[in-house]
Amino acid sequence: MRRLGPLRNLRKGLGQNRPALLSLVFILAIALASALASILSPYGAGGLDEEHILEGPSLSHWMGTDGLGRDVFTRVLFGARVSLTVGVGTSLLALFIGTLYGLASGYARPRVDNLLMRLVDVFYSLPDLLVFILLSLVLGRNVPGLLISLGLVTWVRFARLTRGEVLQAKESLYVEGARAVGAGNGRILLCHILPNIMGPIIVTLTFMIPGVILAESTLSFIGLGINDPYNAWGTSWGTLAQDGWRAMRTYPHVIFFPGAAIFLTILSFNFIGNAFRDIMDPRDKVR
Amino acid sequence: MERYILRRILHGLAVLCTVATLTFILMNLTPGGPFDREQRLPPQVMANLYAKYHLDEPLWSQYFHYLKGLIRGDLGPSYKYLNRTVTEIVGATLPVSALLGFLALAFAVIMALPTGMLAAYYHGSWIDRWCLFIATLGISLPNFILGAMLIWIFSLQFGWFQAARWGPVSSMVLPTLTLGAAPAAYLSYLLRSTLIETLGEDFIRTARAKGLKESAVLFKHAMRNSINPLLTVMGPLLAALVTGSFVVEYVFAIPGMGRFFITAVTDRDYPMIMGVTLIYSALLVGANLVVDLLYSVADPRVKTQ
Repeated sequence: MRRLGPLRNLRKGLGQNRPALLSLVFILAIALASALASILSPYGAGGLDEEHILEGPSLSHWMGTDGLGRDVFTRVLFGARVSLTVGVGTSLLALFIGTLYGLASGYARPRVDNLLMRLVDVFYSLPDLLVFILLSLVLGRNVPGLLISLGLVTWVRFARLTRGEVLQAKESLYVEGARAVGAGNGRILLCHILPNIMGPIIVTLTFMIPGVILAESTLSFIGLGINDPYNAWGTSWGTLAQDGWRAMRTYPHVIFFPGAAIFLTILSFNFIGNAFRDIMDPRDKVR
Repeated sequence: MERYILRRILHGLAVLCTVATLTFILMNLTPGGPFDREQRLPPQVMANLYAKYHLDEPLWSQYFHYLKGLIRGDLGPSYKYLNRTVTEIVGATLPVSALLGFLALAFAVIMALPTGMLAAYYHGSWIDRWCLFIATLGISLPNFILGAMLIWIFSLQFGWFQAARWGPVSSMVLPTLTLGAAPAAYLSYLLRSTLIETLGEDFIRTARAKGLKESAVLFKHAMRNSINPLLTVMGPLLAALVTGSFVVEYVFAIPGMGRFFITAVTDRDYPMIMGVTLIYSALLVGANLVVDLLYSVADPRVKTQ
């Protein structure tokens, strides 16, 4: 288990950090609840109900109903699927592309490295949300389209990080040692360098997920993200917040609950990220 | 130094050319034309519109047409506002967005300096923990939710501030808070961690050993050596203000460039989209250059190479 050293440290450190542990439980609970949405809620995702329009929270509708009489609690659960899938899926996609790119760039000759990093610079010099909007115009405003367009922007963060780490690592003694016993480039990169730089990559991943959830909900809120009421995967928390925004003046509950879901989820991921970072870099930890 | 600046400017121009080309390609890959309406226009009208905007010419010719306009500072006609050019619209909306961004940045710095310094100076105490906690809340709260909350509380319940439009001071308060909150939290957090590191250095111990007042140690010795990391994030921070302004201008119905950009996207107003993208990129490239120059002024150890 030597190779998974950083992962084991993470698990150990998480156990000692109460907010982070609580956050993990919260996220797992939301994920589970959204997976079981159709069992947990007696109302369907699309069930209209003209008799119960814009009702406040009650026993039969925990979070009230929206402008079409749909149960907000049910919609938040179904929205969680979309928001979490986009958040986690995009981050993993970005991790995969970015890490490979960074490994290659950092390990390549300086000339090639320079060239590869120019592309990263172009992406880096633009505001993320702007590029998401442009890409989602082409790739479509649905879950796969958004996942890809968000992934195509966020990978550069992993690429930059990995490249920097590789540049440092490739001068280290263990790499020299591995080369001395005859390991090839691929083996050195994937079996020696990669496990050793996993720590910062995992920390970046934990901060990436809430960042993507934020970006997706923001896009959906301003009407440029997911919105397809006829599809079970066509409503995210951001879409719900947008629905609630229009009714906020008189019926604030419709925006309150999806808003709280977004905020608490992002907060939880940030707490976990902070905990991970403290474990990796104990320097500025709060005692 | 001059050579460095020149090289950076050339590099910036190269980035802008790439952005112009990439957005042009993206806009042409996008399904759906700018004049597609639910009710189809008669073919002759369509043909006339296409001819007017050179859309009937081959792509490479459109591309050169566009580039030629750019060199003259002409961003092209708007497809949506038929008698206005993109340059005119940008000229009218950019000042609004710039003022909003400036106010938010000022708010962020004013909030971040004292909180970051307090947290770092009382590192590990309850003050530190609270500052950190609030900063984490600030980073986690999406600005559309914060904006909605502020409007609900201060406009709808108390009636203190105007909730929409842009003009009198009372209309600027809530948007500034909304846009500035996340950068404030971020800056405060960053200042705290750099200050903690600086306060552990030997020269701080020397300063204290020669009997300097604590305020002098903190302000003159520690702060001066912790400013650089703050300067470096100004570039990304400006980008964050830009994207934040999309949302804040949407929520508060402010007639700024961000709002026009969003409506341009829903209207498929391609020249508008490309123009605004270019303006934003130019701003960011320029800001990054200025920051890097300031960086070498603030810390002469940094070589401009």
